[in-house]
Amino acid sequence: MTTRIDQAFKAARNTGRKVLIPYIMAGDPDLATTEALILRLAEAGADIIELGIPFSDPTADGPTILQAATRALTHNTSLTQVIDLVKRVRQQTDVALVLMCYYNPVVQYGDEAFARDAVAAGIDGVIIPDLPPEEAHSLVKAARSHGLATIFLLAPTSDTARIRKVSRAATGFIYYVSLAGITGAALPDMGDISRRVSAIQAETNKPVAVGFGIRTPEQAHRLAQTADGVIVGTALVKVIEQGIQKMADGDGSSADLVADAAAYVASLRAGLDSN
Amino acid sequence: MIQKKRYMQPDRQGHYGEFGGVYSPEVLMAAHEELTAAYKAARKDRTFKAELADLLKQYVGRETPLYFARQLTEKLGGARIYLKREDLAHTGAHKINNTVGQVLLAKHMGKKRVIAETGAGQHGVATATVAAMMGLKCEVYMGTEDMQRQALNVYRMQLLGATVHGVGTGSCTLKDAISEAMRDWCASVGDTHYVLGSVLGCHPFPMIVRDFQSVIGKEARKQILKAEDRLPDLLIACVGGGSNAIGLFHPFLGDPTVSMMGVEAAGHGVETGQHAARFSGGEVGVLQGTRTYLLQDQNGQINLTHSVSAGLDYAAVGPEHAHLRDIGRARYVSIKDDEAMEAFDLLSRTEGIIPALESSHAVAQVVKQAPKMGKNSLLICNLSGRGDKDVYQVARMRGMGID
Repeated sequence: MTTRIDQAFKAARNTGRKVLIPYIMAGDPDLATTEALILRLAEAGADIIELGIPFSDPTADGPTILQAATRALTHNTSLTQVIDLVKRVRQQTDVALVLMCYYNPVVQYGDEAFARDAVAAGIDGVIIPDLPPEEAHSLVKAARSHGLATIFLLAPTSDTARIRKVSRAATGFIYYVSLAGITGAALPDMGDISRRVSAIQAETNKPVAVGFGIRTPEQAHRLAQTADGVIVGTALVKVIEQGIQKMADGDGSSADLVADAAAYVASLRAGLDSN
Repeated sequence: MIQKKRYMQPDRQGHYGEFGGVYSPEVLMAAHEELTAAYKAARKDRTFKAELADLLKQYVGRETPLYFARQLTEKLGGARIYLKREDLAHTGAHKINNTVGQVLLAKHMGKKRVIAETGAGQHGVATATVAAMMGLKCEVYMGTEDMQRQALNVYRMQLLGATVHGVGTGSCTLKDAISEAMRDWCASVGDTHYVLGSVLGCHPFPMIVRDFQSVIGKEARKQILKAEDRLPDLLIACVGGGSNAIGLFHPFLGDPTVSMMGVEAAGHGVETGQHAARFSGGEVGVLQGTRTYLLQDQNGQINLTHSVSAGLDYAAVGPEHAHLRDIGRARYVSIKDDEAMEAFDLLSRTEGIIPALESSHAVAQVVKQAPKMGKNSLLICNLSGRGDKDVYQVARMRGMGID
């Protein structure tokens, strides 16, 4: 079965492009805006959209995403609501959608029920930053039986043995964390990242997307020389945060926020596609 | 003679039954593996063991006494009550047993810097203390709410040369300090060891901390056999993360006649929702690296907790306690703020010992339990820390300014 994620990487490869994966926090500032953002970001050139599920204790995230989660939790955005949102939005777009969720909300939902409901709603994959393959047997089993991709992460600290283990467990793509740190930190040397991405590609045929710390179209462009895809989270969440601030100051609307976010993603798209 | 039962936990992946494990971000997986290997080597290394034994004796002041609380025993009119005096260890609590071990391990691993989280401040002080002595750089994360409650310990850490970072996110208490320390470690793992202060987090931390704290139970076992020529009937200890409790319990787990009771913080009462009683009010989940009982809502978001004692004010409990509870080996009960405050006064006045508010929860359970036991039965209560750090807070709560 070819999934929307596989399709995104295949289509990109066939046209000589790289896959662009923007991240937004679901429910930031509200679910209606999230719905509008998904549609507009897809039009602006996103191939896959990563939807963050807010968690009260996001240990792998820097201040920007932590604050976005806090905003989304002020009106109790939940995993159930986001699955329902995808059900609605799936009628209007074919863009691949993956959830980025800490494990505890999934544990409470139940691995099996989560995989079933996510796929039924039109969710294509899940990334769980605090669930390494060692602890993921139950989730992977449920995900396989329903056809949900399990995207695992690799980091600069992962040795060859781990690269092999994680590559085996991953479906959809492999998420390479560009830096030893948290989301939104300063990006290290590009050459170093490229060498590590090549080392992963030497061990697996699965696509490798790079995330953490990417801000500018130029950075996206340079990373795309080796990586199969580029993930941009914190920088986009900051654009949304500025939109929320403007709304609070009476200086902008939800539509302006969505337009600014779409313009930023379009600039990343242009950077990725430039020669 | 009663058959000793073998108790072998955790498994190779750090599971205690269905609890524990390594729910770690990928970037820290290598660090957990490195720590597991270094600890395994250290346990067999004669030099390491000799250095640790020497530090525990000469620096920490072990062994700590097992004190027969004659006045409290007479007042309660039941079991003979012994107090394991961890309050007499250097820095005033059991926390230093673990920090001496982990900072020594960090030094053997060639790390230049240690970081720690702290709730009540006792673990932060104990880490800063040992880091000062061993010449390592030390930074401590502490919730801003706890910094207010425990201002004295903040200043102690600064005196010891540590930098204290206030954490103003979430509930501004221990869980937020742990998250911030984990974020630091993600970015600093090359030259830094994270000295986790309780039997929490990813494997191997719950095992390492338990092993270093087991000195409490090993000594207590020898001491009670010497004093009474038999094993105790009941052990009582307070449980935040649960390091002092596991330290006392673990060496007795193979003795089926020894009962164990862990005491959680019921805060204003479990029914009010303002408490930290994970076993009576929580569900199984995954937080900060481990699978255990958590206080959370139906969406899996972590609840705010409340306890008068900062050291018990945490939404998760150590995974080995979750296992001991599920197999029925230990019982867990909870004590309210006001009951703990009464016990704080009681021990001060009957025995001349001011207990930490955390330990006061254990003493309050002794008050409930001892009268129900026969006069020949034996009870050991772990007095995990002294109450000096709490005196300002208690005075303030009672409207007595002593600034």
